[in-house]
Amino acid sequence: MDQTNKPNEITNVVRMQGIVKRFPGVLANNQVDFELRRGEVHALLGENGAGKSTLMNVLAGLYRPDGGTVIVNDKVVNFSSPRDAINAGIGMVHQHFMLVPSQSVTENVLLGLDEPRFRMHLPRYNRKIAEIAGQYGLHVDPAAKIWQLSVGEQQRVEILKMLYRGADVLIMDEPTAVLAPSEIEELFKTLRSMTAQGKSIVFISHKLHEVMEISDRVTVLQKGVVTSACLPISSVTRADLARLMVGREVVFRVEKKHVEPGEVVLSVKDLQADNDKGLPALRGVSLDVREGEVVGLAGVAGNGQSELAETLVGLRPVLGGKVIVNQKDVTNKPVKFGIRQGVSLIPADRTQVGTAPNLSVTDNVIMKKYDQAPIGQGWMVNALEANKYAAELKEAYDIMVPTVDTSVRLLSGGNLQKVILAREISSEPKLMIAVQPTRGLDVGAIEGVQRLLLAQRADGAAILLISEELEELLSLSDRVYVIYEGGIMGEVADGDIEKIGQMMTGTRLEQIEMQGEA
Amino acid sequence: MDFVLVILASGVATGTVLLYATVGEIFSERSGVLNLGVEGMMLVGAMTAYKVTAATSDPWLGLLAAMLAAGAVSQVHAFIAITLQADQVVSGLALNFLATGLSLVLGEGLTSLRDVVPTLPSFTISLLSQIPWLGRILFTKQSVMVYVGYIFIPLAWYYINRTRPGMHLRSVGEYPAAADSLGISVFSLRYFYVFVGGMMAGLAGATISLSISPGWFAALTTAGQGWIAVGLVIFAQWNPARAAVGAYTFGALRRLVLDIQGPTTLLGFANPFFYNPYYGFFLKMLPYAFTVVVLVIGSREANRKRIGTPAALGLPYIRGQRGL
Ligand SMILES: Nc1ncnc2c1ncn2[C@@H]1O[C@H](COP(=O)(O)OP(=O)(O)OP(=O)(O)O)[C@@H](O)[C@H]1O
Ligand SMILES: [Mg+2]
Repeated sequence: MDQTNKPNEITNVVRMQGIVKRFPGVLANNQVDFELRRGEVHALLGENGAGKSTLMNVLAGLYRPDGGTVIVNDKVVNFSSPRDAINAGIGMVHQHFMLVPSQSVTENVLLGLDEPRFRMHLPRYNRKIAEIAGQYGLHVDPAAKIWQLSVGEQQRVEILKMLYRGADVLIMDEPTAVLAPSEIEELFKTLRSMTAQGKSIVFISHKLHEVMEISDRVTVLQKGVVTSACLPISSVTRADLARLMVGREVVFRVEKKHVEPGEVVLSVKDLQADNDKGLPALRGVSLDVREGEVVGLAGVAGNGQSELAETLVGLRPVLGGKVIVNQKDVTNKPVKFGIRQGVSLIPADRTQVGTAPNLSVTDNVIMKKYDQAPIGQGWMVNALEANKYAAELKEAYDIMVPTVDTSVRLLSGGNLQKVILAREISSEPKLMIAVQPTRGLDVGAIEGVQRLLLAQRADGAAILLISEELEELLSLSDRVYVIYEGGIMGEVADGDIEKIGQMMTGTRLEQIEMQGEA
Repeated sequence: MDFVLVILASGVATGTVLLYATVGEIFSERSGVLNLGVEGMMLVGAMTAYKVTAATSDPWLGLLAAMLAAGAVSQVHAFIAITLQADQVVSGLALNFLATGLSLVLGEGLTSLRDVVPTLPSFTISLLSQIPWLGRILFTKQSVMVYVGYIFIPLAWYYINRTRPGMHLRSVGEYPAAADSLGISVFSLRYFYVFVGGMMAGLAGATISLSISPGWFAALTTAGQGWIAVGLVIFAQWNPARAAVGAYTFGALRRLVLDIQGPTTLLGFANPFFYNPYYGFFLKMLPYAFTVVVLVIGSREANRKRIGTPAALGLPYIRGQRGL
């Protein structure tokens, strides 16, 4: 152990040495070393499936390593549960929030603690938690119920939970993937105030500009091995990082060939629909998409985007208006009718809607082909053909998975998305509705997905791209509509980011233009 | 007027049985385990209470034995549903058959002991019984179990909503992965609350056989009240206070159905239920019809969120499952 540290020297709060973690058929971490200093933000980068989450799950006590040592504050530790890790001052905020929706912020923070002993004394603890929240600039009402909170606020509750338990090390696994731009700013402020108070943060993200902005040092993983350790952020550029991760040059803006738009493929007129709670989610949406065109739909999450995608493919009842695909009325028709018209959906929810988690890769990719020759033969599925087909797609789309028999729930986010894309694109769609198609993907994979979408466009498919990622929306789309509270605020073809921003907060295009003239 | 007060008073007594069974099932379901074996566990309780009391002449001992026996039976379901992660509906139904059969076999010969076996005491609370009307309904010549029920309602509500163990109970039924990630043992809490539910069902059964309608009448002792309790849980939206309202209302309705066949005239008209006893069967069916309706409404996915169904109800918890 390192006893030579003088008090003034920079100290390592965490050191991981030679960490090995195997899963059936995968070596997720192979002799990984990692270190974290007091008061730093240390970014952990790597492609999808590189083993970032695995490494951090080991540190957070969720997984036990097959080899290697973890040293916290110069003591070798052996966590057998997340609780052990928290007791040692290490807390993790997961990609999926671990919050009980029906309980209040305070209750969630206090969950699992020995204090209060019996009576809850909620007002007293509300105050105590508000105090800690204030200390780090985490704005959230302690008495609010979790289900009432925005995603950004829920994340603050997760951070609060760890801070309340006295965590000195906070691991954040892709914290910004689900946040709106303003919430990201807010999170960064919190992270900075935490490091200023001596806490250390591990920051996992695929968005390199964020990594450049917030972190002090970077460690890069590739296929379970560290390829660059502890680089000071000042010594690298964004392009360097991308190259270190992917092992090749990455183009951040894929070039887009000119394609002459053809016939109108999707035409939506005055569409109305409700959300899950039975409240109006779409209040008269009209838009159209032509052959060979990528049309973007911008908007802050929760303004009706997911409901729109669902109504278009027939997963949600239309209460008013019309959906026309290739001159055929598909309003309130069965999903299969839409599929026959060449409609294809890349849903935002990959695990619930996009795939059947417990089924194999093969079963998931043949979901649209099971009834067609050569895979479907009468009422039988030809397993040999199915496996052959799946193996072809695995090659073509570079899906990283030991065999096509693996259940897709074991795949990393990026590979799961590739499975969906492989299935949808290979069905040769005329209309493709892509919802957040690159969320959670690494830069290399994003480039791949974007190329695939543009290739579809070149082949004459009509693509409706729904995304909260403005940069991506602008670089891929020919035109952009903006949605706000279930209504279209306007349409821009010139990529005027200023106008889009104003429309996203509820100003109609006409109003903006009137102000401009005045 | 008297007629109404009598019906209400005996309705409260009958409702107390439903109250215990319903709140017990609320505890179990709040932890995420649906136990459809309530009826069977009540029978085990009623039989054990009667048998032990017959042997020892101590109804309190009978009560205790009933709770422990039904609690023990409930652990069969806990093992199948929690450890073996089997389907809770199937396991609950199986438990019901098992417990019913068990109590019928062991209860053989108990029926003839009627009026020999001592019962739990009934008494009037002198001060409170002076309250106009309410005093006659709630506090006059009621079984001790009825009074315990009054105290039990706010305690159960407070426990679930305002205490640390109650919060842990709710978290395990709403989002077990979150509870697990903070070091709460989902397994042991679920076992525990299934046991609590079993004990309460046993208590409900004992309340029948030792107090409300003393005696052992085989399967007729409970006459399907366990199923009504399962329906009441949904009606109560997993809240003990609402459960009390439902239980007492149903108790009163059950009495009404029995007593309405007595008088020859009803509101000045010839009483159809007196002149045609077959109508009585129709009336007796109504609570069960209601139970079916409530179960259908409660199990509709679309309604689950709105009525506050514990989100993890009926789902086994498997640690570290990806893609939650
Ligand atoms: N519980 C598990 N069981 C089996 N395999 C797993 C499990 N968790 C992860 N893996 C595999 O281990 C590898 C590393 O996965 P990990 O989730 O750590 O990647 P990641 O770097 O976090 O990727 P992403 O950026 O997509 O989140 C992947 O190949 C993944 O399929
Ligand atoms: Mg990950």
